[in-house]
Amino acid sequence: MTSTTSTNATSTSTNDATTPWEKLVVSALLGTDRRTPPTDLTGGGKDAPVALLDAAALHTVRRRAGLLPARAGHRPEAAPHDGRRPLPEAAGRRLALLLADRSAPSGGGRRGAAPDLGELLPQWLAAANQQGYRAPAAALPALLDAARARTDLRPQTLMFTGPRGLWLAGLNPEWKFALRGAPGSSALPRARDAEAVGRLWEEGLFAERIALLSAVRAEDPETARALLATTWGTERAEDRLMFLDSLRTGLSAADEPFLEQALSDRSRNVRSTAAELLSALPGSAFAQRMAARAATCVSMDRTGGGQVVVVEAPHECDTDMQRDGVLPAPPTGRGERSWWLGQLVEAAPLGTWPARLGGRTPEEIVALPVLDEWADELHAAWCRAAVRQRDARWSAALLGPPSASPAGGPGTGPGTSSLAERAQLLATLPAAERSAWIASFISAHGLSEAFQLLGVCAVPWAEPVGRAVVDALDIARDAGSYPWSFSGVMGLAERCLDPAEAARLELLTATPDEPEGASPGAGGYWSEAFQRLVSTLRLRAAMLAELTGPGTPYGERRGEPLGAPSGAP
Amino acid sequence: MDETGVRPTAEQVLALAPDAASRKAGTKLGTAGPWSDTGGGGAEGAVWGLCAGSGGKPYRTVVDITGPAYTCSCPSRKFPCKHALGLLLLLASDEQAVDGTAPAPGWAEEWLAKRRERAGERGTGSPAEAAPGKPADPEAVLRRAERRAARITAGATELEQRLTDLLRGGLAAAEQSGYGLWEETAARMVDAQAPGLAGRVRELGAIPGSGPGWPVRLLEESALLHLLSTAWLGRDRLPEPLAATVRTRVGLPSAAGSAPVRDHWLVLAQSDSSDGKLITRRIRLYGRDSGRSALVLSFGAAGRSPQLGLPVGLMIEAEILPHPGAGQLRADWGRQFGPPGPIEGPPPGGSTGAAIEAYGSALRADPWLDSVPVTLRQVVPVQRGGGGWQLADADGESALPLASTGLSRSGLWKLAALSGGGPLTVFGEFGHRGFQPLAAWAEDLAGTVPLT
Repeated sequence: MTSTTSTNATSTSTNDATTPWEKLVVSALLGTDRRTPPTDLTGGGKDAPVALLDAAALHTVRRRAGLLPARAGHRPEAAPHDGRRPLPEAAGRRLALLLADRSAPSGGGRRGAAPDLGELLPQWLAAANQQGYRAPAAALPALLDAARARTDLRPQTLMFTGPRGLWLAGLNPEWKFALRGAPGSSALPRARDAEAVGRLWEEGLFAERIALLSAVRAEDPETARALLATTWGTERAEDRLMFLDSLRTGLSAADEPFLEQALSDRSRNVRSTAAELLSALPGSAFAQRMAARAATCVSMDRTGGGQVVVVEAPHECDTDMQRDGVLPAPPTGRGERSWWLGQLVEAAPLGTWPARLGGRTPEEIVALPVLDEWADELHAAWCRAAVRQRDARWSAALLGPPSASPAGGPGTGPGTSSLAERAQLLATLPAAERSAWIASFISAHGLSEAFQLLGVCAVPWAEPVGRAVVDALDIARDAGSYPWSFSGVMGLAERCLDPAEAARLELLTATPDEPEGASPGAGGYWSEAFQRLVSTLRLRAAMLAELTGPGTPYGERRGEPLGAPSGAP
Repeated sequence: MDETGVRPTAEQVLALAPDAASRKAGTKLGTAGPWSDTGGGGAEGAVWGLCAGSGGKPYRTVVDITGPAYTCSCPSRKFPCKHALGLLLLLASDEQAVDGTAPAPGWAEEWLAKRRERAGERGTGSPAEAAPGKPADPEAVLRRAERRAARITAGATELEQRLTDLLRGGLAAAEQSGYGLWEETAARMVDAQAPGLAGRVRELGAIPGSGPGWPVRLLEESALLHLLSTAWLGRDRLPEPLAATVRTRVGLPSAAGSAPVRDHWLVLAQSDSSDGKLITRRIRLYGRDSGRSALVLSFGAAGRSPQLGLPVGLMIEAEILPHPGAGQLRADWGRQFGPPGPIEGPPPGGSTGAAIEAYGSALRADPWLDSVPVTLRQVVPVQRGGGGWQLADADGESALPLASTGLSRSGLWKLAALSGGGPLTVFGEFGHRGFQPLAAWAEDLAGTVPLT
């Protein structure tokens, strides 16, 4: 059967011209002066080049008119059925807009009053997934391209594009990333399929093996541990570290024996990771050993009436301590003994301390004075322990009241002064408590310190947080500074404020009279920034309404995380 | 919004944008934020609004959706400007943002009234009379036409000479002589006022660098060019439809001549191409009642979108004015009756074999035809080794290869995604270079998906 593209395949070699057409081509290639076209084809009587062109024209039209179909290739396997609901029409149009905005390069400079649609795509995807919609087929290529460019979009995008997205990604090497680590990825065998799991574990690429381990662990932790144990001794140290780290999700007492064994690993990093994981299991033998060690270092002062804490830091780091992951050599600038103390207290269960320190509550313990300037060291170690053990009560005690000065310094508060530590402590608190604390903090200290803390709030922001942020922005405007000093918070607010706040914010979009001493033109820029904030909030409200449909008011879903803001720590 | 109105989709609006920067800027304005006093949509067939800019005074933007036609008080030279795009996107995406019941304010009504007036004028006269300018002196027209024909004849004769020289010396030499030879010949054809010949000569120049098999392609295209120039030289002896085809192929301007055809036109595809100076927009139509295909061309200078844009995937009751020429589909867009509505489904189509037959018989009337519009039913996109694709009959062994040129990457993958390995309906153009898909319909999905 002749293919429709057979014209391309015609031989141009001069020696094996057999068909009339090929003879014409050879003559044309060499020139009629050198190779006269066969007269049986051209009829003769005319100038040779003209005769050749006439014959070629006839042949060309005849060939085109007589095209034959090509033989059909191997049909692709059909994409698996996706049983999820199709997107509502309005939401489909919105998606097209969000994706169109993504594909155009964003011009730098001032942001103007219009919302940045690309920033809303993560939220849109998360909400669409929550509602159980399937991606429109025609949007799959643009979605996969978006996820290819932005790794932070991948999990939500791959969930949304679903089985047909994976099917399509299998056809295009540019979308290979989708085949690895996708939730329910077709590249991963089922956890119960022991043979396939074993084979991929033996032969897979590192990323595939990590994905496999996580998938199997999610379904059956015991099998996952057994799988890991089969090859543990032969893995490279950095791979052992990554595999061990994957136990962090769903860590339980059942993991203790394996971790205990990993404490004697050849690699120091593996040992300390195993120790860290064990210390998050307060019931483990490891935690008890650390508790015993830490307790000997911290006690109430018996001489001074029993109202002061005394600290006697360890004098040596023995082999048992080292086996339990305590690092003997301190970083530059730190004393050996305080370094060892910090590690012991950090790894000891917080439950140790009330009994050890006279039956006091965490709040009372944190408020106790500490002798000889050990307070900072001790409190910092307790902070790390509270984060590791996700202990909300201790976290709250260590955070102290939000009104305390963020600048810290000796004697300003019981807890920590580091914002990064505060953000971590806050993350362990229940959502409502967290919001209330952050709102009071912003009211007391303004926005400049708040950025990191805001990142740990649930989206959309609870009312007190939103109100505190908007009030603080309003104060900054009245003070006459430029809005771009607050662009980070402004950007967060666009993504995280509750859309219900839009109406209240409308008042702020007016261009105010410039107060004396204000930066020139600042009022106009603030008005523009607030306009953008309001229109972004309206857009988010419209976006979510399109996805939830009538009858599911957006306000009822308050507090659900809708994708982490990209500025979060 | 009034239920008789049809809202454009975001994709349709974005297709109107003259360039990527406008698309981006328009998208940013497609939200309620910067707009005030918006209204229209629906039965009005128009939409208007005030858009806050960086200056104090907001811009006044009005779009006549039925055109579409635009006006805006902004200083942008792009057409349509970002405000018009933003306003249409707002209409497309936000049900509440545009008040369908508001009366048009004075500044919008003024422009709309003028348009209605002009449309009325055009509607009363016959299309030929509607052409602007004074009626010319018929004798002078004839003299000018004769002078031009003589110049084209001289050009065609010279071209014949150059083609025979080429064949005498051999195509292999053409590879060395490079692009300059062809550029010079093309310029001679422009001088001879034969832009059709000039365009084909320029294409010849690109063939030697076009990869394996180029000598065959060069011979084919040279032979067809030779066929065209000799046809021009002997046009007196050709039957009139073929002579008309030769005249348009050589590049004489064709004017819509025959009677207007009123139909419900399905707007199947719209694609732009640019040669750096001129943007050519090709709009492909299918008449629901007549079963007739038509191609409407619209032109714009670089940086300006061509004036005419029709909403892909919708159906418009209108008249078209076909150009003469056998086997050719070019037509002008004429009067329009009412706003666009949804199309009920793809045009009737057939198998891959039917597409090949359609191209074969069209070549009889116009041997220079590169492709014909066809609709394929029940075909599956199949990926071949080496990155090539084909459309295969769902229940058979036949397939058409996809043309390697002119198919955008995103269009191809959209087609594959839409199919999911199953059969679908595809509209496109088929010819000796293969099939170029332009729009597709999937069974489990409403609406037309443009692939351009």
